Amino acid sequence: MSDQDKDRSMLLQKEMLAEHYRRLEAAPETREPVVYTFVPGNLTELIRSFGALPVLPEINALQSAMRGKSQGYIAAAEKGGHSEDVCSYVKCDIGMARAGNVGPTGTRLPKPDLLLLSYTGCYTFMKWFELLREEYRCPTVFLQVPYEGDGSQTPAMRAYVARQIRETLIPALEKATGRRYDEDRLKESLARSRAAEDDLVAVLQSARKTPSPIDAYFGAVYYVGPIFSAFRGTEEGLAYYRALREEVEQRAARAEGPATPAGRLDAQKYRLVVEGPPNWTHFREFWRMFAEEGAVVVASTYSKVGGTYDLGFRHDPADPLGTLADYCSGCYTNRSLPARVEMLERYCREYSADGFLVHSVKSCNSFSAGQLTMLREVERRTGLPGAFIESDLVDARYFSAANLKNRLESYFQMLEARRTGAAVPA
Amino acid sequence: MRCFVGIDLGSTTTKAVVLDEASEVLGRGITNSRSNYDLAAEIARTEAFVSARFRLLERAVERAAGRETLARLLRAFRLEQMLTQLSALRGKVEEEIGKRPVPGQKALRAAVAAIFDGIVAEEEARFLEADPPARSDFFRDAAGSAYARLAERAAAASGGAVTFDALLGLYDQCIVRVENEPLELGFREHIGQALERVGNASGVREAVDAAVDAPLDPVATVGTGYGRARLPFPKEQIRSEILCHGLGAHVLFPGTRTVLDIGGQDTKAIQVDPAGIVTSFQMNDRCAAGCGRYLGYIADEMNMGLHELGPLALGSRRPVRITSTCTVFAGAELRERLSLGERREDILAGLHRAVILRAMSLLARSGGIDDEFTFTGGVAKNPAAVEALRRLVAENYGERRINISADSIYTGALGAAHFARRGAAA
Amino acid sequence: MTEPSPRAAVVDWAAQIAEDLDFAAARAHLAENPGRKAAGYLPVYAPREIVRAAGMLPVGVHGGGDRLEIIRGDAFYQSYICHLPRSVIELAQSGRLDFLSAVLFPATCDVIRNLSGTWQLVSPEVYVRYLDLPQGGASELAAEFWKEELGVLAADLGRIAGRAVTGDSLREAIAAYNAVRSLIRELYRVRRETPWRVPSEELYLLLRAGETVPLEAFVERARAYLAAVEADAGRVRDKARVVVVGAFCEPPPIGLIKTVERAGCSIVDDDFLLGNRMIDGDVPLDGDPLGALARAFVGRAVRNSTLYEADPEGKRRLIGERVAAARADGVIFASASFCDPALLDRPMLRAGAEAACIPCIAFQFAENTGQFQQFREQAGTFADAIKLWGGE
Repeated sequence: MSDQDKDRSMLLQKEMLAEHYRRLEAAPETREPVVYTFVPGNLTELIRSFGALPVLPEINALQSAMRGKSQGYIAAAEKGGHSEDVCSYVKCDIGMARAGNVGPTGTRLPKPDLLLLSYTGCYTFMKWFELLREEYRCPTVFLQVPYEGDGSQTPAMRAYVARQIRETLIPALEKATGRRYDEDRLKESLARSRAAEDDLVAVLQSARKTPSPIDAYFGAVYYVGPIFSAFRGTEEGLAYYRALREEVEQRAARAEGPATPAGRLDAQKYRLVVEGPPNWTHFREFWRMFAEEGAVVVASTYSKVGGTYDLGFRHDPADPLGTLADYCSGCYTNRSLPARVEMLERYCREYSADGFLVHSVKSCNSFSAGQLTMLREVERRTGLPGAFIESDLVDARYFSAANLKNRLESYFQMLEARRTGAAVPA
Repeated sequence: MRCFVGIDLGSTTTKAVVLDEASEVLGRGITNSRSNYDLAAEIARTEAFVSARFRLLERAVERAAGRETLARLLRAFRLEQMLTQLSALRGKVEEEIGKRPVPGQKALRAAVAAIFDGIVAEEEARFLEADPPARSDFFRDAAGSAYARLAERAAAASGGAVTFDALLGLYDQCIVRVENEPLELGFREHIGQALERVGNASGVREAVDAAVDAPLDPVATVGTGYGRARLPFPKEQIRSEILCHGLGAHVLFPGTRTVLDIGGQDTKAIQVDPAGIVTSFQMNDRCAAGCGRYLGYIADEMNMGLHELGPLALGSRRPVRITSTCTVFAGAELRERLSLGERREDILAGLHRAVILRAMSLLARSGGIDDEFTFTGGVAKNPAAVEALRRLVAENYGERRINISADSIYTGALGAAHFARRGAAA
Repeated sequence: MTEPSPRAAVVDWAAQIAEDLDFAAARAHLAENPGRKAAGYLPVYAPREIVRAAGMLPVGVHGGGDRLEIIRGDAFYQSYICHLPRSVIELAQSGRLDFLSAVLFPATCDVIRNLSGTWQLVSPEVYVRYLDLPQGGASELAAEFWKEELGVLAADLGRIAGRAVTGDSLREAIAAYNAVRSLIRELYRVRRETPWRVPSEELYLLLRAGETVPLEAFVERARAYLAAVEADAGRVRDKARVVVVGAFCEPPPIGLIKTVERAGCSIVDDDFLLGNRMIDGDVPLDGDPLGALARAFVGRAVRNSTLYEADPEGKRRLIGERVAAARADGVIFASASFCDPALLDRPMLRAGAEAACIPCIAFQFAENTGQFQQFREQAGTFADAIKLWGGE
């Protein structure tokens, strides 16, 4: 896509990111403190309330992959003793750190003043920051977000998280940044989060329309980018989501589909629900496999890893620490398998899907372990045909284009045959 | 006469099927896929048309002169084809000898002449036999085994002037070239010579002429299989092998609800509805573990023919438990087992069971095994695999009718031809 | 026929129970005690005291090893997920775990965590609980959270068992498991000091069997085994003393343990069935028992790959400390393939070991690995090399 084909929101996002990375690069001189933290359960408003800049390692890894750098980084980590079996995000990130910490836009990333290990929905996060601590030799603070094993957050879980934030995280942030905790500042930021979240949900739910004005998987990756990373609760984030919502609503009013690598997708043959993260090494090629067949994704679970706003959650400035606890607990990968199945089932129904697809990535057991059971369960409950395809996040060795294309084609033809099966003479 | 063509471009072999308007199979063709898919498709297609014309001819000759004459005529035709191909091969071999050092040429020429004369004599004798033993449909196999046998004799007879290896080297060099040139199958010419050979029985020539002159009009073609993207067809004429296999199995056995196909490089588990439309499917993950190719490696490792594995495995009384069907480690695992003193048949029985166990999990993923259950693909010809499958199906799913067709290798092409017919009718 | 020696009798008993895929011993115990129920738990650590205090039989679910053929389990798991969960699912789907009224899934990794959800979906009639172990080091906050979790578990199991967990029943259970822990410490001590007297495969089988029978049966056999070992000085063998690290969840096949020891190594410390030794020392019996149990875990859980390491130096020091405590010559990193906790930890642990000049080798296995040739060669070479270095 050339710049003039791109949506205005995309250009806006590009500028925001470039500015953020410029600030990060300058941080050693400007003395802006830097906090590394993960996307699920990220406490961006809290971090920013201390005047610190967040860095999200998953975002670095996935962007490295989109820029074709991940394979070299992974190779470096494996050469350093990491197994081929483990998460490629971690290896990519370690490789990047060892190669001079050059970030996604080509600027150098500063070392962290604090690793804020928000242990939310992913076991590997724990190891990841233990490993990064070895690279950076910097303070690390740990936040345990209990898993919603029984499908919901209990009051004890909520209190545990909120108390950790107050008793452990805030002192650690005060120490790392040299600033006092300012609850009013946090509340203002949370209010902005709330407004942006309303806009994001409107964007995601626009896919209920036919044709859908968005792709809720490949396209949504861009839509959730700012709010899942450094911009939740910021003025820029607020402006971005307002602009995005307007843009999508206009597209919906014109009954237009989203821009895709195969052109604008107005003629939508298949409406899909997708579970699992995308592949990043061949992101556009992968998307094209869908778009060329006229498949649009109307809902995805991946776009909920940094918060399940469409299920009703909004940050609440009236109860700043409690709301952060609620936020962390509700992130998609912190939910039990039955809860995930229910979400998929609901999406299939509410978004009038023709089918659902599981993209299973080798790296991520939090997502992948149990997906075959989920597949069967969703099929059973919805009666919709499911598809199962496999690759990886940022390790290109596990992306077999011919294989994926074969499966996807077979799947789309099956949807088509099932749709017209009865109409064709035997 | 209107007819419909299905072509299945598999990883190992390419198959073509021609249907008449009554959906009856008129002709079939098969050839090695080689590295040249276009050529393979063309050869299989030509062969299928020759066999279709034959089918028409059979119908006419049987009506005119009875079954016995027909059978003799068919064998005469095969013989003519074989002789043509042999003569082409001989030409290449002689050409090759011409490039060798002059001193050795004479002895080589004599030996090669003895070999080819010998094969021709054997073929003519075979023709005279009432019920010759069955053999491979592939020229490479039929000619190759006779060549090797006679080359050994010729080498011995030369008193050291030519070696067996030199003779075999000539064959290996030339057979590929013969295979890679589309043969002038010359139906008309061959059938003419065949008629002479069987003595021009009364009424036969007229019937033959009528059949030979009947126009065959392929109104629709559908391509499928691993290499389908390489077929020079518009997209509407390409169907995934999953759909074609499902429909093909349904055509072969209309009661089919579950299909298992184990081919060279992939394994497919397919569920179909009562009309043969696929409702769900699963394929093996990216490695070829547990596919036909795995047994191929084992055969190579044991220095045996692929078709010999199954019968040997059936002789096992205490199958060894094999935990890995990894193709890469197949050789190592086998050698270690042998070095531990395990019996070959017991190891082989274990290997076959391991292959079927992989298939069982794909079947379970796709939704289990419903009655009737149709098993297709190259591995369906292997009696030990079939035996293992029968046992595991009975143990895990109870009584199921298991269908295996002698023509199961054509299942995908058959389904494609039916799609072509349906498409033309729609 | 001669009577087997007391030691062989214990080992035979243990092997038979440990290798029994149908859990006949546990089933027999339930049949003999009408109304009694069983609760399974997955690796690594589950608070068995609570299960016992509810009057239930705790049963370790560690997979089917190399004795179990996977027919249904592979339909649940992709090829890039470790072997344990497919083996556990195979046991469940074939009805071999149908005597469990409850199954507990500790926070070992995301695979075990998600297996809890699979269980909820596949066996809705069974009580399933994910145990989110407190992480983040020793803090009063973590202890309070864990105590709360233990309280919920106690209430739930009490309801299932039809027998409320009381302070007394908890204290009894804690005391009983203190005895078990003390016995296991003793077994490990004897092996550490005189490894030729306690082959690791025997120790492993004994512990594994101990997780499927009532505690009293284990205590009796373990005591008999210790007595027999004490009575038999054995023949001193000069082998390389190694610590095996990383096999704390998916168990190695017995053949692997044997292979390592027959190739010239003596295992003097390991992570096998680590849950048994997760709490180091006795849990205090005075005061509030739930609180004591919670604090024992939060304060004294042994450092391992499934728990967050709060000390920045901790990962680098761990191997050196374990090697010194076991007076070992080297370390074998043996992890299950695709095991996130072990494999992600390994580079840190190994870097620490190498910095301390501790010889190490590493390999991967699966519980159903059937070929040991490569392990034999590696372990043999390692043992030889250690003896050479030791002579320097």
